[in-house]
Formats: sequence, C-alpha cells, structure tokens
Amino acid sequence: MLFAAVVGIIVLLTLFWVIGLYNTLVRLRNAVRNAWSQIDVQLKRRHDLIPNLVETVRGYMTHERETLEAVTRARNLAQGAAGAGVADRAQAEGQLSRALMNLFAVAEQYPDLKANQNFMALQEELVSTENRISFARQAYNDAVMTLNNAIQMFPANLFAGMLGFKEEPFFEVDSPEERKAPQVSFAR
Amino acid sequence: MFELIRANQRRSRWLSGLMLLLLLGVGAAIGFSVYPNPAIWVRGVGLLPVPPQGASDFRGGWIVFPGPMAGAGLAVVIWIFQTLMFYVSGDGIMMAAAGARELSREDHPQLFNVVEEMRLAANLPQMPRVFLIEDAGMNAFAAGRDPQHAAVAVTSGLLMRLNRDQLQGVLAHEMSHILHRDVSYMTRLAIMAGTIVMLCELFLRMTIHGSSSTRRYRGKSSQQGAVVLVMLIVAVILWLVAPLLARMIYLACSRRREYLADLGGAVLTRNPEALASALEVISGNAALEQVSGVTAPMFIVNPAVSGEQAFSRWTSTHPPVEDRIRLLRSLAGGRVPADLGGRLSSREREAVNWWTRRMMERLYPESGNKSSADREQSDAARSMIGQVVQGAAAGAGVAVGGPRQETVETGESDLDRLRRTREVQDLMRKLNGFRFIACPCGARLKIPPDFRHERVRCPRCGAVHAINEAQPLPVRNAETK
Repeated sequence: MLFAAVVGIIVLLTLFWVIGLYNTLVRLRNAVRNAWSQIDVQLKRRHDLIPNLVETVRGYMTHERETLEAVTRARNLAQGAAGAGVADRAQAEGQLSRALMNLFAVAEQYPDLKANQNFMALQEELVSTENRISFARQAYNDAVMTLNNAIQMFPANLFAGMLGFKEEPFFEVDSPEERKAPQVSFAR
Repeated sequence: MFELIRANQRRSRWLSGLMLLLLLGVGAAIGFSVYPNPAIWVRGVGLLPVPPQGASDFRGGWIVFPGPMAGAGLAVVIWIFQTLMFYVSGDGIMMAAAGARELSREDHPQLFNVVEEMRLAANLPQMPRVFLIEDAGMNAFAAGRDPQHAAVAVTSGLLMRLNRDQLQGVLAHEMSHILHRDVSYMTRLAIMAGTIVMLCELFLRMTIHGSSSTRRYRGKSSQQGAVVLVMLIVAVILWLVAPLLARMIYLACSRRREYLADLGGAVLTRNPEALASALEVISGNAALEQVSGVTAPMFIVNPAVSGEQAFSRWTSTHPPVEDRIRLLRSLAGGRVPADLGGRLSSREREAVNWWTRRMMERLYPESGNKSSADREQSDAARSMIGQVVQGAAAGAGVAVGGPRQETVETGESDLDRLRRTREVQDLMRKLNGFRFIACPCGARLKIPPDFRHERVRCPRCGAVHAINEAQPLPVRNAETK
C-alpha cells in the first residue's frame, strides 16, 4: 500500500515535470519561430528596396554596369532561395549583402549621386535593413541556442524527442567579415 | 540573459516585499498614534476605548490593536487605488509628465529605423511608440507597463548630437529596460514609495494641527501608559525614517537596473563601445528643463542637475557615469573590473562573463588564437586611443581616422577589406552630417556636425587645421594615398 502510494506520487511528480517541460519548450520554439519570421520580413523588405535602388543609381553610374548587375543577380538568386532551407538562404543572402556593400563603396566616387536626396533616403533604408537583418539574425540565433540548450540538457533530452521537439539550425554566415558586428567606432 | 533577468526578478520581489512591509508599518504607526489603545472591547454596536472594570464575559469579543490595524488597512487601500490609477492611465501620463509628443515615421525615419533595429534585436513582438522631448539637453527614457505597451522618448538634443551608432546604443539601453520590465516594476515601486511619503506627510500635518485625540487616550493606567509610550516612540521613529528608507530602497533598485540595462544594451548591439561613447557625450549635457521626481530615475542619465556630489552614493538615481562607461569598456576586454563586479551577484557576474566571451568571439574573431598578453596590449592601445581623442577634442568629440593602431597581421585582402569597411563607415558618418579634413600626415579628421570651435588639432601629428577647410563631401584621398 505504502509502496503503491510512493510510486504513485513519483509518477505524478514526473508527469507534472514533463508538462512543465513541454510548456517551456513550446514557449522557446515560438520565440524561435517569431525570430525567424522577423528575419523573413526584413529579407523581403530588402528584396523590395533593391529594384528602386538600381533604378535610382543607373542614371549616375554608367560605368558600373557590372556592379549593378551583380546586385540584381544576387537579389534574384536570394529571392529564388526564399523557399530553401536555412543554410542555403543564409548563403544567398550573404552574397547579396556583399554585392550591396560593394555598390555603396563604388557609389562613393559619384558626388552627384551622393547628393541625390532619393539616393540618400534609400541608402539610409538599406543600411537600416542590413542592420535589421543582422539583429534579427542575432535574435534568431540566441533563441535557437536557448531552445537547443533546453532540449539537449539532461534529463530534458530523454523526453524532448518524444514530445516532438528537435534542435533548430543556426543562421550562420560563412565569411568572417560578416561575422563581425557592424560597427562604426569613434576611436579608430 | 534569461538567467540575469530571473535573478533580478527574484531580488525585485524581495525588495517589493520590504517596501510593502514598510508601507504597512507606516500605516500602522499612524493608526496607532491616532488611536493608541492596544485593544478595544466590542459588544453589540458599542465600541469602548477600554474594557469596563471587571468585565469578564468575552461574548462581544476583543479587537487587538485596532488603531494600527485600521491604519495599515487604509494604507493598503490607498496604495491599491494609486496602482489601479497607473494601470488605467498607462504610459501616456508618463510621457505627458516628461513633456513628450509622439512622432510618426515621416518625422524622423532614421530614429524609427534605429528603434526598429533594436526591437528586432530584442525579439519584441511589437514596435514601441516613439516620442520626442523638445529640449537641448541630451537624454532618453522608456515607459510602458509591458513590452506590448511600450514607448521610448528621446530629446531633440540627443538626436542632434549623437551619431547613428551612439543613438543605437542609447536605444538598446532603453529597449533592454522594456525587455526586463523595469519600467513597470520601477513605476510600481515608485507608487509604493510615493504612498509612504504621502502618508507620512499627512501624519506630520495632523500632529502639527495638534490632534486632541492623541492626548485624550494616553495613559489610563501606568502599565498601559508605558506600552503606549514605547509604541509612540517607535511610531515617531518609523515616521521619521520611513520616507528616507523608502527612497533608498527605490534608488538602490534604480541604480542596479541601470547597470543591468547597460549590459543588456551591449548584448543587444554587440557593440558596448557605442553606448560607452554615447554616455561620455551625454554625461555633461543631460540636464533637462522639465524634470519631475517620478520620471527622473527612468532617464538614461540623471536629468536633474545634482549639486550633492558627496551624498551621491546613496541618494543618486543613477550609478556614476564613469563607472558605467568603465563597465561597458571592460566588456571588450572580456572581464568585469573587480570593484564593479562586486556590485553584481555571483550568478550575474557569471552570466555577464559568459556573454562577454561570446561577444568577444563575434567582435574580434581573429583574436581567438592570440595570447592573452597580446589581447591586453591591444586593449591598452585601444583605451589609449580613446584618451587621446578625448583629450584632443575636450568634449567636442572629434574622431581620428588614421590607420588602425592594432597590430593585426593583415594580408592584402584584409587591407582591402579594411579600406572598404572604412569607406562604408565614412558613408554613415556623412549621413550623420559629419565633415572631413584630410591632414597631410595621412589621417582624416571627422568633424561632427555640432563642432563649435574654429580650429582643430590633428591628434596624430599635432598640426592645426581651420574648420572651414572641411569639406561637406569626403576628400578622395583614400585612393590617392
């Protein structure tokens, strides 16, 4: 009798713990999904801004056909990868980031272009979008790490798989310069 | 970061409990001084101040310490009422108190962009409302009871004088206030403290007007008289000390949360230097014209002009700015200074150290294979550069654009990359209205738009340049060099 009671209590406690674990994991997974959808929104925003930018820039940068084409190509590639997995997407978007950076570096040589109000506004929007993407990516990776930690730690790892939770991939960017946080520092 | 927030929440609950106890104590003390009898005897509807001589039947029952009980009850009622008022009125009232008006995206796209960036970094579901305070002083604060009802406000002075990165640092600080739910917690604590102060003032007024009721009930019997006397003394002490104590609890909480918001902000941007340099610029110019005691602790830097430096350790709403800057700069070195680390609990310190290591890996991926001695050396170099810049500009904030002083083993492609990132950085400076001067020594001075002096000394070679040499567009010396 006593034995049955003890076993019953242990089973009940385990059950409560598993319910708690399940709810925590759901919360974390939703955080990951929210972060991912935020990245998605920002990537789309960038794709939408680029035709505008190319249109504005084309009149001024007659000698930079290649640079412009690279941007357009990278954009189309990235748009095509929208349905792909996290890793492929990160790759395509990283390429687009580099093409854009290159374009802005080249734009430095065209004073008329830089004085163009339209271009300046677009540039601020694109710089901001770049930042947003990297911050959204950072938030996504943080959320993924929290979720993965929760799944991998003992004893949660015994149950997480059974409850249908699996580890999520990080949004990694391959080139080392992309790894650096965007920073404009005073002291250099 | 969750660890940090959770540890803080635990501590917050403890402090709230302390504050509530104080509130109850003050209520009880006031109730007691109004009605000092330790007990009344109730029978039917008749309330007697003392039990009648020889009354031995307890049918009516006793109420022990009716005065203190009623006082404490009343205090709680007042407090709950005030808290409800806050929840109904929301963040609008805070913004109105600070004299802020709401902005739309068209008014200042860049500000909205920066806020949006920080919202994404904090993974908040919704964009907070953005407010502007028309004031030349530099400051910012956040309000709102939870992340869904959040708002941030900045002054026009701040917008004018900070560059984009610094603005981002400041807004990251505010966003982490929202993320940690500091605003709602601090407001609730402020309401409690306010109720305590209010009750004490009420009590003071009552004693000054010489309430006769206090005298009427005093000392029926000698033993009771002694009890009454002791409790009265306790009441007076409590009444004297309570407001001070309430304020100290409140401020201790406020200071601590400033540190945590700084760290949280650095975690959001992964760029502690931006906030550190922003604090440097703000620190001397934070005073605002319209400051109320309620909103003051919520600003990023204390907006009240403080003359009480000696007392500041215990009475200031914010930790010293120098300490905050030091803490932020230390993050780049991967270690929290010992004297500042002492103000954090061991759990918090551990969390901070963990985050700093992570941040380091992201910021300086190449330093992974360097020995720690090298790293220290480059830290020293970096802080030295900071000092040179500070000294040369004396608060005007001229930046040096010379070659990088860190000795990184750079190949051809690295140099190329460096040049390109620098160009993009200049582009962003230009967007912020910077002007540029090319010094013959090769350095490029970046002049902030609000620079008032007529000449500037090159921090690298010491040559003096007139400001009107500065070009509105960058000189093309990056290619000719």
